[in-house]
Amino acid sequence: MEITALTALELGKKIKAGEVTVEEAVKAQLEKIKERDGMYNCYVTVMEEEALKRAAEVQKQIDAGELDDSPLAGVPVAIKDNICTKGVLTTCSSKILNNFKPPYDATVIEKLEAAGAVIIGKVNMDEFAMGSTTETSYYGPTKNPWNTERVPGGSSGGAAAAVAAEEAWYALGSDTGGSIRQPSSFCGVTGLKPTYGSVSRYGLIAYASSLDQIGPIARNVSDCAAVFEAIAGYDAKDSTSVKMEDYHFTEALVDDVKGLRIGIPKGYLGEGLDPEVKEAVLAAAKTLEEKGAVVEMFDMDMVDYAIPAYYVIASAEASSNLSRFDGVKYGYRTPDFEDLQDVYKKTRDEGFGMEVKRRMMIGAFVLSSGYYDAYYIKALQVKALIKKGFDEAFAKYDIILGPTAPTTALKMGENLSDPLKMYLGDIYTVSVNLAGLPGISLPCGIDSNGLPIGVQMIGQAFSEKTLIRAAYSLEQTRSYERPACVKGEN
Amino acid sequence: MREYETVIGLEVHCELATKTKIFCGCTTEFGGEPNTHVCPVCAGMPGTLPVLNKQVVEYALSAGVALNCDITQYCKFDRKNYFYPDLPKAYQISQLYLPICRNGHVDIEVDGVKKSIGIHEIHMEEDAGKLIHDEWEDCTIVDYNRCGVPLIEIVSEPDMRSADEVIAYLEKLRMILQYLGVSDCKMQEGSLRADINLSVREVGSDKLGTRTEMKNMNSFKAIARAIEGEMNRQIELLEDGKSVTQETRRWDDNKCASYAMRSKEDAQDYRYFPDPDLPPVSISDAWLERVKAAQPEMRDAKLARYVEEYGLTEHDAAILTESRKVADIFEAAAAICKKPKEVSNWLIVDTMRLLKVHEMDAADLKFSPEHLAKLIALLDAGTINRPTARDVFEKIFTENVDPEVYVEEKGLKIEADDGALKSVIEEIVAANPQSVADYHAGKKKAIGFLVGQTMKAMKGKADPGTVNKMLAEILNQ
Repeated sequence: MEITALTALELGKKIKAGEVTVEEAVKAQLEKIKERDGMYNCYVTVMEEEALKRAAEVQKQIDAGELDDSPLAGVPVAIKDNICTKGVLTTCSSKILNNFKPPYDATVIEKLEAAGAVIIGKVNMDEFAMGSTTETSYYGPTKNPWNTERVPGGSSGGAAAAVAAEEAWYALGSDTGGSIRQPSSFCGVTGLKPTYGSVSRYGLIAYASSLDQIGPIARNVSDCAAVFEAIAGYDAKDSTSVKMEDYHFTEALVDDVKGLRIGIPKGYLGEGLDPEVKEAVLAAAKTLEEKGAVVEMFDMDMVDYAIPAYYVIASAEASSNLSRFDGVKYGYRTPDFEDLQDVYKKTRDEGFGMEVKRRMMIGAFVLSSGYYDAYYIKALQVKALIKKGFDEAFAKYDIILGPTAPTTALKMGENLSDPLKMYLGDIYTVSVNLAGLPGISLPCGIDSNGLPIGVQMIGQAFSEKTLIRAAYSLEQTRSYERPACVKGEN
Repeated sequence: MREYETVIGLEVHCELATKTKIFCGCTTEFGGEPNTHVCPVCAGMPGTLPVLNKQVVEYALSAGVALNCDITQYCKFDRKNYFYPDLPKAYQISQLYLPICRNGHVDIEVDGVKKSIGIHEIHMEEDAGKLIHDEWEDCTIVDYNRCGVPLIEIVSEPDMRSADEVIAYLEKLRMILQYLGVSDCKMQEGSLRADINLSVREVGSDKLGTRTEMKNMNSFKAIARAIEGEMNRQIELLEDGKSVTQETRRWDDNKCASYAMRSKEDAQDYRYFPDPDLPPVSISDAWLERVKAAQPEMRDAKLARYVEEYGLTEHDAAILTESRKVADIFEAAAAICKKPKEVSNWLIVDTMRLLKVHEMDAADLKFSPEHLAKLIALLDAGTINRPTARDVFEKIFTENVDPEVYVEEKGLKIEADDGALKSVIEEIVAANPQSVADYHAGKKKAIGFLVGQTMKAMKGKADPGTVNKMLAEILNQ
């Protein structure tokens, strides 16, 4: 077995044991990227030189016993291209940041590096994390390793595809409305969207500040738990970050769901849900029930209002967050201009893609005077009701279970021309962000097209340990499926 | 001509005296090479986040309490969105929906008439950078040093009716804010800036006229001129049967005229919404009580205490307490040298004169009270004479020299050797027979000339009183 097929924790163990050097790991990964990325386009930037240099440093630290407490020491990682890396191109997959090298590291980068991680590159995404297909990237779409005619999902499509294609052991993504969970589902890998506030957002280039959260994408639940353990923590640089009581997430990797109360909202199984997805998700619920969990269907309010509320709030915040990209200070600037207004207009017209412009315009509209109450304030009220709905559900259940997305991976180009259809694909994920809750997506089957199906589990705020235990228990019942390409059939 | 009344409300921006900026750890120090007091946060780099400086809230609370406001114990920050190169995030973090203070008032007095001016609200916000037009390169460059310096904006009710009232209000505000230590309120450095909302209406009307907003006045005098100018401009328009346009105008103090910047139609929609990066600020009762208890002694109390404790006249106490800076120097120096009246004289006479000469604000005083106290001690011990002390004080005022060291270095001590002085006097007497004759003829004033000559010969290092005495003795021998 090639070392690139190992899980991150398995590789970490081998590195500690001296069976694999950090340099060997980095070189093996770079080799795979060279071999495959022409096909999938997961990476915007591959940091070959930096990674090899860093490998030597980390190896020294490991040899000196300085990283004995870090199970991920020496394991290379891919970073979504909206997370700032000092001196390394960070584009948000947008033309407008085509030359932007941040002068500082995101807190998660500092934390990962303190744990001995080696950053191997920056991965593709929907432009500014706006999209569910990774087709809106200025640097070209990423393709799904299971089927290159299919999208990998988004917006963390590059991250999920890289993990699936074994071009990365694990990756950091960001999730504003499903951007970790949905591509994980489409690519047959595991993605954790943590509770809002548990991971610092400092250095994450904001899409929608009140919803954005950084989280891991990996090949199994154990890796996700280990990565989350490394990146979670209160950060004085992020006023919305929260101190949790317990950061020992890997302790929750226990195969035991006896007595766990699991609720399935009926609204999550309704119209628009692919029957094969529904079947696989219900089968997963059945498996958990057989292992001792108590599974029930229940009615949850406001499911239908989550998408409009999400797009109002996220677009409003985005319109403000993305205003700073104006060609004055950094990033792309239009080459020909008459005056200041012209710099703004042309730079932004040429620098942003269609989907980003669409959302900024929606956002500017809902915040404009005369519409603010009707749209923005109303959306905040819906958000509060959604949160209340979850609170009521969690009075009865420990976990809410359902599909991650209504379908498996879509064909390339299918949704690009129909934004409304694309937005509806987020139906099961956005409410989790609106309520600030943790959610995990993990594989639960393969459909008749040979595409992976994801099941989503949602927990109470800061109950990641419960979520990890339930997901780990489910994971024990099936083996990890590799996409055809990696099996050598593609 | 009909009789008109001017209605004025003020928006005062005041830079707070915190050491660091409102949302990052950069220094707020004025000056500095362009773009050196800047970090990724205040430069609005992508991915950075604001963290509120608690001291800003403390200062805003302190100001709110002193201006008799209701405190919003659950307040929020909002984003004000607009594009301009001096605003690197393209939004200013400010407060619209829930400002920290509301419904206050401040009492002023003009020509013996007392009046209360309402405070509509006080909110916290961040300052923007500065644009500088480079004539040589024909381009505009931007300095972000000021970006993120904390401000409070104090919005008054339209309660003022004249330039005099406006100046009285501003002076009172400045005094209160300086006393609180929340701001140094230096207009030249832009740490106190006032925008004037002004309208006119016929006397007796209870409806407000159309108002204009005027910006860019950087002294109280300019404000007074701008008010006169704008009032006359609006009255002329109305007298000509025209109407006033609601607009923002820029005052040009050199030309003594204002120019329209933008009309209401061009007014931007700032698309305010709560900043999702900053949680609401909860001000507990305990916090508020702590701020109230820590409020410093304000002017009226201080003035009364000076009269009572130091036996100063009300007039002198009023001058000393006009600025907190002067009052602080007074108290510190008086505590050291135990001669409050002497300290008071130096501050009221010499300090005030020098402030005028150097066109300085009392807040800019740099000398230490210890040096003033030492100077008084030197004078008291007869080590230097009063004219020398005056000269030394100028040095203390301008360079904060240590008078002991300075007097020593420059050899300004009074010559203690009476023999030397006596021989000089004898020479002077011998050289000026006419004056001596005048003196003996009864013109007692002639001795003044001889004292002057002696002092000159002694290069000032003699006590004029002693010289006078010795001269009289010699002449009367």
